[in-house]
Amino acid sequence: MKIVVCIKQVPDTTNVRINPETNTLVREGVESIVNPFDEYAIEEAIRIKERLDEPAPTGKPATTGKPATTIVVTMGPPQAQAALRQALSVGIDEAILLSDRAFAGSDTWATSYALSKMIEKIGDVDLVLCGKQAIDGDTAQVGPGVAVHLGLPQITFVKKIEEITPKKIRAERMMEEGHQVIECRLPVLLTVVKEINEPRLPSIRGKMRAKKAEITTWTAADLDVDQDSIGLKGSPTVVHKIYAPDRKKEGRVLDGEPADVATDIVSELKRLSLV
Amino acid sequence: MSIRVIEDKCTGCTLCVRACPFAAITMQDKLAVIGPECTLCGACVPACKFDAIELIVEQRKPVDKDRYRNVWIVAEQKRGVVQSVTYELIGAGRRLADARGAELHVVLLGAGMDGACKDLVARGADVVHYLDHPAFADYQDEPYSRVLCRLMNTHRPEIVLCGATAIGRSLIPRVAVQINTGLTADCTGLEIDTDGGLMQIRPAFGGNIMATILTPNHRPQMATVRHKVMKEAKPDPKRKGKVVTIEPLKEDAYVRAKVVDFVEEVEATVNLAEADIIVSGGRGLGTPEGFKLIQAFALALGGAVGSSRAAVDAGWIPYSHQVGQTGKTVCPKLYVACGISGQIQHLVGMQSSDTILAINKDPDAPIFTVADFGIVGDLYKVVPAIIDRLNQR
Amino acid sequence: MDYQLTELQQEIRDIARRIAEEKIKPVRAQYDEDGAFPWDIVKVCADADLFAVFLPEKYGGLDGGIMELVVATEELSRACGGIALCLAASALGTIPIVLFGTDEQKEKYLPDLAAGKTVAAFALTEPAAGSDASAIQTTAVKDGDYYVINGLKQWITNGGEAGTYVVVTMTDRSKGARGASTFVLEKGMEGFDFGKKEDKMGIRGSTTRELIFRDCRVHKSHLLGREGMGFMVAMKTFDMSRPGVAAQALGIAQGALDEAITYARQREQFGHPIISFQGMQFKIAEMAMRVEAARALIYAVARSIDAGDTRCAKESAMTKAFASDVAMYVTTEAVQVLGGYGYMKEYPVEKMMRDAKITQIYEGTNEIQRSVIATNLIKEYASKK
Repeated sequence: MKIVVCIKQVPDTTNVRINPETNTLVREGVESIVNPFDEYAIEEAIRIKERLDEPAPTGKPATTGKPATTIVVTMGPPQAQAALRQALSVGIDEAILLSDRAFAGSDTWATSYALSKMIEKIGDVDLVLCGKQAIDGDTAQVGPGVAVHLGLPQITFVKKIEEITPKKIRAERMMEEGHQVIECRLPVLLTVVKEINEPRLPSIRGKMRAKKAEITTWTAADLDVDQDSIGLKGSPTVVHKIYAPDRKKEGRVLDGEPADVATDIVSELKRLSLV
Repeated sequence: MSIRVIEDKCTGCTLCVRACPFAAITMQDKLAVIGPECTLCGACVPACKFDAIELIVEQRKPVDKDRYRNVWIVAEQKRGVVQSVTYELIGAGRRLADARGAELHVVLLGAGMDGACKDLVARGADVVHYLDHPAFADYQDEPYSRVLCRLMNTHRPEIVLCGATAIGRSLIPRVAVQINTGLTADCTGLEIDTDGGLMQIRPAFGGNIMATILTPNHRPQMATVRHKVMKEAKPDPKRKGKVVTIEPLKEDAYVRAKVVDFVEEVEATVNLAEADIIVSGGRGLGTPEGFKLIQAFALALGGAVGSSRAAVDAGWIPYSHQVGQTGKTVCPKLYVACGISGQIQHLVGMQSSDTILAINKDPDAPIFTVADFGIVGDLYKVVPAIIDRLNQR
Repeated sequence: MDYQLTELQQEIRDIARRIAEEKIKPVRAQYDEDGAFPWDIVKVCADADLFAVFLPEKYGGLDGGIMELVVATEELSRACGGIALCLAASALGTIPIVLFGTDEQKEKYLPDLAAGKTVAAFALTEPAAGSDASAIQTTAVKDGDYYVINGLKQWITNGGEAGTYVVVTMTDRSKGARGASTFVLEKGMEGFDFGKKEDKMGIRGSTTRELIFRDCRVHKSHLLGREGMGFMVAMKTFDMSRPGVAAQALGIAQGALDEAITYARQREQFGHPIISFQGMQFKIAEMAMRVEAARALIYAVARSIDAGDTRCAKESAMTKAFASDVAMYVTTEAVQVLGGYGYMKEYPVEKMMRDAKITQIYEGTNEIQRSVIATNLIKEYASKK
C-alpha cells in the first residue's frame, strides 16, 4: 500500500513583513519551515502505516501483501530538500523533490497539476495526504486540485480517521458547527486539520538517518507534463501587486454613547478585515 | 518561458535589485544575477533603464472572454437553510454585476427549498438556478461539483463567487481545476478593473501582506469570500426575478466519498495560542459571571477567550486562559482587553498583537498606552452594544 | 561560544532543547507540586533516543559517551532539574553494567534501558552511610549459588519506578574496603520492596524512595564484577557520572540565568529597565561568568573521559563541586534579581533554587568532592621529585 504526503516548504509567516516604503518582502531573519498543516499530514501518514502494519487481534496481519510505504513529495527550489528531510526524520520512508525553473510562478492550478504528475509517476498510490492549506498562500486549493487532476474523490478538513483498511476509509470532516462522517473506497485524497493528531518529535536516529538519506530529484523532463500547464504559463491567476496592509498603531480613543461607539469600532474592525 | 539578463547591456546599476519584490536579484561581479526566488513577475523588466532584462512569457491561448457573461453566486445551504454568507455574496455580486452591466445569477442545490428561491430573488438575484433532489439535500463534493461544472460550461458566467466556508473551500477548488480556470481564495475585496476584469484582493502570509490577484486569460474568474467580510444584501420583496429548475442527470448523484452522518458539536474549543482573535477579561469584570459576556463577545468575533492573572487568581476562569508573563504569550490579529488595567505582567503577554482594542472604565489605565483603539466606558454597556452591531451585519 | 560539538552532540542538544521547551516547561510546575513520576516525559525522551546516547550501539545505544550524556542532561535540566534527573539517575544505574557487566548481563539489561522501556537506579546510600560509604549495613550472604540480601537503602533516585537496580552490599566486612559487592537487581524480585516516597525540598519531579531487602535471594549471575569489587564499581562509576551530575547543575544554572536576564529586561523601576542599572549588570555578568566556567570545565573533562583518560577522578570531582556551587549561587541570585516576584511560586526561579541545593549534596557531597580533589593533589605532588 502506498501513501503519498504532499508538503510545502514555506517562510515562517509570523515574521514575514513588507517593507512599506519599497513594497518588497523582507526576507532577512525569516526561517524556512515545513508548512505546519503538512506536519500533521506527515504524522497521520505514519500513524496510518503503523495502524495498517499492526497485526490484527486474530494474529493475522492487517494488510495483505507488503507493508505500507510512505512517500513525501514536494515541488520547490533545491532548498526544499530540508523540508523533505524533516519528514524523513520523523519516520516517512522515502522522499522525492520536484525542482525545475519551469515550475516557477505556479499558482494553485499549476502546482496541483505538477504534484498530480509526480503522483502518477510514483504509480499505484492508494492514499494521498495534504495539509489543509499552506500558511503563505492560505488558499487550501492545492489538495482538492490534486484530487481532480488525478480523478480521485476527496475528504477535506479531516479531523479524525475512524477506520482505515487498504480498501476503504471512514473519516470525520470538520465543518463549522460539527462534522460530517464520510465513507470512501480507496484511492482517495485527504486534507487534514490540526485537530487530527499531535505530530511526534524526531528521534536522534531519525535525524541522523534523514541527513544521510538519498532524496530523489525530478525535473520537468522526468514527468509527462504539458508545457502549457506548468509554471507561470500554466497559471490562470497572476499576482498583480502586493502591499503592506494598513496597520498604523492608532491610539485612537472612541467617544460617545455605547451604540455609537459600537458602530464606530465595528466599522474600524471591518476596515481592518478583522470581522 | 524564461527570464534572462542580457549581459552586454547590464551596467550593474542595481535598479533591478531594488525593484524585485522577492529579493531574487543579486549582483555578482557587477552583473545582475537572477536567483531561484524569481517568480517571473516581470517587475525588473521595466525597472531596467538599459533594457538588459528579457522576459519571455508565452501564455496559454486566452479564452474568448466575450463569450462569458454575468455574475454567478454559488449559494450555500445547510439542512435546508440558506447560509448568510450567500446574502453577503449577493450583495457583492450585485455590485459587480451592475458594474459590468450584467445579470446576477444564484445557483442553489438542495431539496425542498422552493421558498428559499423566492428569498434569493428578493435579495437581488435576477435568476435562480435551482436543483431539487434528495441526493443533493446535504453537501457532497462530487455531486455538487459535477453539476456546477456542467452549469459553468453551459452558461459561461464571467464571474463566480462562493463562500470561503468548509463547504466552499472543498467545492470550488475542485470546480476551478476541472473547468481549467483560476480561483482566488478568501478574498476580502472585489473590484472591477478598468479593463473589465475582476480584481481579487486577499491577505497572504498569514495576513501580513495584501495581494491583488487577476485572472487575465481564463473564465470564469472564480473567487471565494470569507464570511462577514461583505455586507448582506437586504431583501426587497418587490424585486422580480426568474427561478429556473435544473433537471439532474442520473449520474449526477453518483458519489464515491459518501456522507453517512452528521454530528453536531456546539462547544468548539479554540486554542488560545493559535487564535486569530482573543477577547480577554480582567478584574474590571467585577464578578465571575462577567466571563459569560466575554464568551459571547468572543463568539460574536469568532475568537478565543483569554484572561488576566487577576481573574484567574480570583477563580473566575481556569489558568489555561491566562495571558501574560506567567501565562501564555499571544500574538493574535486582534486582542480585545475588557476590564483589564494593563499591568506590565499582562502587557508582555499580548502587546505584539496586530490590533489591540481596550475597554476600561479608567481613562488612565496603562492598557491604553498599547491599544490601537480605546473605549473608556462601562464594558457592560459597551460590549453588548458591540455584539449587537456585529450580529446585525 | 561554539564548543565544537560533533554532529551527534548537536542533534542531541537540538532534540533535548525542543523537548525541554515544548514538553517539559509547560508541566514542570505541576510535577514540582504533586511530585508524580513524569512517565510521559520519560516516554518522549525515550522515543527521541535520549536514553541511548551514551550506550554502545551493540545494545541499542548511539555509541556516544559521557559528553553526549552531558549535553542531553544540560539541555533537559534547563527546563527542570528534577525531570532531567530521571534520565541522569538512570544513566548512573546503567554505567556500572556498561563498565563491569558480563556479555550476558549487558545483553539482558542494556537494550531495554537504551530504549527507555525501563529506567535504572543506583543504590549505595543508607541511613547510617552517606559520605562514609564503607559504613553500609546491607549484607549479601552467600548461600550456595545464591546470595541472600538484607538491608535498607535510603534516598534512592528512581526508587520504585525503575526496573533495574545496581545495589552495593557488604559481602565480607572483615575485608574492609574490599568487602563489598555489587548486584544487579530487578523490581518485582521476592524480598525486594520499596519504602515511602520522600517529600523533598526540590527536584520534586524526580522520585526518591527507600529500598527494603528482606531475605531477597538472588542467583550469583546477578553479581556485577567479582565479589569484593563493590566499592571499586561505585568509585569508577562516580568518576564517569560526576560530569553528568555537574551537567544537571549547569542546566539548572543556565535556566535560572535565562529567566533572570529576561525579567531584568522587562521590569522597569525608576523609569528604566532594571538591566540598565550597573549593579544589576555586575550581577548578571558574575552569574554568566561562573556558568560559562562550569560549562568549559565539564565539557573538557567529559571529552577527556571519552577519549580514554582513566585518571580523571580529580577533575571529575571538580566538575561536580564547581558546577553545583555555581548552580546554588546563580539560582539564589536569580531569585534576588526577580525580587519579590522571584520569591513567588508563580515564577520559576524559586523552584530552581530549591532544585539546585541537592546538587551540592548528593552524588558525593561537595565536601567529599573537595576531599577527593585534595587527596589526588597530594598523591600527584608526592610522586613528583
